[in-house]
Amino acid sequence: MSKEWPLWEVFIRGQHGLAHRHVGSLHAPDAEMAVHHARDVYTRRNEGVSIWVVQAKDITASAPGDKGPLFEPSNSKVYRHPTFYDIPEDVGHM
Amino acid sequence: MYAQLVKTDGHGVKSLDEMDPQERAFQERIDDNQKIEPKDWMPEGYRKTLIRQISQHAHSEIVGQLPEGNWITRAPTLERKAILLAKVQDEAGHGLYLYCAAETLGVSRDELLAQLHAGKAKYSSIFNYPTLTWADIGAIGWLVDGAAIMNQVPLQRCSFGPYSRAMIRICKEESFHQRQGYDIMMKLSAGTEAQKAMAQDALNRWWWPSLMMFGPSDADSVHSAQSMAWKIKQNTNDELRQKFVDQTVPQAEFIGLTVPDPDLMWNEEKGGHDFGEIDWAEFYEVLKGNGPCNAERMAARVKAWEDGAWVRDGLNAYAEKAAARKTVTQTAAE
Repeated sequence: MSKEWPLWEVFIRGQHGLAHRHVGSLHAPDAEMAVHHARDVYTRRNEGVSIWVVQAKDITASAPGDKGPLFEPSNSKVYRHPTFYDIPEDVGHM
Repeated sequence: MYAQLVKTDGHGVKSLDEMDPQERAFQERIDDNQKIEPKDWMPEGYRKTLIRQISQHAHSEIVGQLPEGNWITRAPTLERKAILLAKVQDEAGHGLYLYCAAETLGVSRDELLAQLHAGKAKYSSIFNYPTLTWADIGAIGWLVDGAAIMNQVPLQRCSFGPYSRAMIRICKEESFHQRQGYDIMMKLSAGTEAQKAMAQDALNRWWWPSLMMFGPSDADSVHSAQSMAWKIKQNTNDELRQKFVDQTVPQAEFIGLTVPDPDLMWNEEKGGHDFGEIDWAEFYEVLKGNGPCNAERMAARVKAWEDGAWVRDGLNAYAEKAAARKTVTQTAAE
């Protein structure tokens, strides 16, 4: 079997000016072809105005096991949310 | 269903008390409707079952291009040809989404394709039937894609994140497939006597194979219970088949076609149709490789893979050369 094309992760910016969003992955020999393939595989219905591709091996991800230590510290900081504060109705919209 | 008879490796469904702590925590996450992601711990059986199911599903999308591709050059109008091309291209896309979902489980696409080409992996029995007339393209869209949607809609809620997300994309695109098929059937049914007869003939030939797509009846479906406990599967084969019959019979009546089943009858009490016995012997023969087109489909896939090898290798070689050239230029500049 000959060498398999590397795996790329595909990110698309939709029509409405939002951030690029991960939509899936695909195989391609190089970055240029990856963009072409992404056009055919992920935007057949006009889903995007911009495409990013990045080789899957170049992505560093947090480990699922670290979920606790990584994210728990923010659990106790309810004062970061606006609903933590009671503002009298008479003050009006804030 | 595009994945029939998926083995689960399970020896009956374990209760929470029988599981070790890790497996129990996993099952509790599933029971709580949390999604499982590729790097999370999962039982080996869950991983293997998903690889089998997702790859069967992917193979079905890819092999499924063949019966329809047969009519691209002979579509009756330019518009129908453009539509059919778009549909077949969608099927290729669906296959690719699914192979990528399977790859997150630690298997490569080339390995999966090698299994298919070696005859070790299954694909849906439905694609081993021939497309003899243009009406078959209508019947495939209406019945085969209709049955596929019936199965795929609940799969959007599958417990494995990448499979669920692929199914969401696929379902969004799939409904055009069914509608274009029904549109072909409507046109033919409203046409000349010969055209109407052609539509009826296609329905006659595709009806039973479409019902077989949902897989063996619940009584004979040995792997269903474990797949349902893992929320890889949400409904039983018979539930989905019943739903499909109830949905499709009025659509056939609407265009004046007759479903080829003398036992088909509305059952007021159960609020659904009773229908005749499926020829399971035929189903198992087709799965074993003895359907009308198994050999032809496989030969076409293997030929496409082998004929495309020089393109894959050539593009790899070009990419390596371009990367090497870039390194040389960079070193020279420094």
